[in-house]
Amino acid sequence: MLDTTALESFPSLISHGINVAGEISAPPSFQLPNSNDFDGFVKETIQMVKPAKGTTTLAFIFKEGVMVAADSRASMGGYISSHSVKKIIEINPYMLGTMAGGAADCQFWHRNLGIKCRLHELANKRRISVTGASKLLANILYSYRGMGLSVGTMIAGWDETGPGLYYVDSEGGRLKGNRFSVGSGSPYAYGVLDSGYKYDMSVEEASELARRAIYHATFRDGASGGVASVYYVGPTGWKKLSGDDVGELHYHYNPVTPSTVEQEMVEAAGP
Amino acid sequence: MECVFGLVGTDFAIVVADTSAVHSILVHKSNEDKIMFLDSHKLVAASGEPGDRVQFTEYIQKNVALYQFRNGIPLTTAAAANFTRGELATALRKNPYSVNILLAGYDKETGPSLYYIDYIATLHKLEKGAFGYGSYFSLSMMDRHYHSGMSVEEAIDLVDKCIAEIRSRLVVAPPNFVIKIVDKDGAREYAWRQSVNDTPVPSA
Repeated sequence: MLDTTALESFPSLISHGINVAGEISAPPSFQLPNSNDFDGFVKETIQMVKPAKGTTTLAFIFKEGVMVAADSRASMGGYISSHSVKKIIEINPYMLGTMAGGAADCQFWHRNLGIKCRLHELANKRRISVTGASKLLANILYSYRGMGLSVGTMIAGWDETGPGLYYVDSEGGRLKGNRFSVGSGSPYAYGVLDSGYKYDMSVEEASELARRAIYHATFRDGASGGVASVYYVGPTGWKKLSGDDVGELHYHYNPVTPSTVEQEMVEAAGP
Repeated sequence: MECVFGLVGTDFAIVVADTSAVHSILVHKSNEDKIMFLDSHKLVAASGEPGDRVQFTEYIQKNVALYQFRNGIPLTTAAAANFTRGELATALRKNPYSVNILLAGYDKETGPSLYYIDYIATLHKLEKGAFGYGSYFSLSMMDRHYHSGMSVEEAIDLVDKCIAEIRSRLVVAPPNFVIKIVDKDGAREYAWRQSVNDTPVPSA
């Protein structure tokens, strides 16, 4: 069944309680576009959104907690529409979500998840676990399966059982793991991440690994770029560690060495 | 590329599943357990779309538990299999679940049994069964070497033969498998067969 908590049924302006006509007020619903072929329209939308996971995000668990990193480029086909997209979403002070896929979908549903987590805290007098939060999101996304949502996210946090990391997507998949990368640049990031990963890293080493992996992915993947943001989630909550422009990182990792000039250009001698 | 297969022995049933969670060309995880404990004496090995696989099997698991709470006795394996098939059939023409299931169980009265339930709600009670690309290799291996009344050692030997065949012949063969067994003492994990290790996080 669909999760309709996010849909408002706006209160009637006329009266409080029973409608003037004595009718039962309509259930929460959303407006459908006017089109002759709704099914075709939906299929087209889904196809349009499908390749849109143009991004690189990654997260991994290590000794000190969870490291989360992402790029900041938004692309529409071949056009780079923004270089300053916040792809790491702060659900609450001890949980982060990453964005890949539809920006609106990710932002909206992460915000909705934050609301549900807060309601859980108020109802149960204890914080929700990362397992619980990720399951809430996965169930919501599953109920909208096939309707064109595009969400590829990782939920990273620290709860009573320690650091937690889950991958959740709009096909309904949910995976628990120690290392994930999501987006079009993820295969490139995985290579760097897998080869450099050790459980016993310090926070500095881990943030450098995360930053490096994002940089290498942005170098090779056209749909990723901008700023590499790195966040750390520890026992006291999350903290943003750095946000470096990947263009500058390139010259930091590959410094320009002045080379000997073989032949100087000389002015052509006049006639 | 998901491989699930199983067989029935003298007084036990075994199911084997690969443990890769794959998304197009990427392997997100290579130790994903796809065999769920339906109750103390039943195993469900499922393969299919990731959301459907987990959501549908958890739905069946919770309903089986509910029956036990309401009625004080657990469902038989046959009843659980028929219930599962019924749910798949009801959803089939509106909102189908893309999950293939091998349900293995042990009942005190009837002994071990294996049920093959595919995504269009076909139900067969079988001695040996398989799903996925791996079935092209494991089915003929089992047809050749299986005989009724196998011991655990003989069955595990056959399972290893099938895994070896899948590993050598399937183009993108999953590296790791999990083997679970169910007998009069209940359902439990028997072994893993791993050729690629995810760096393990030491447990607290």
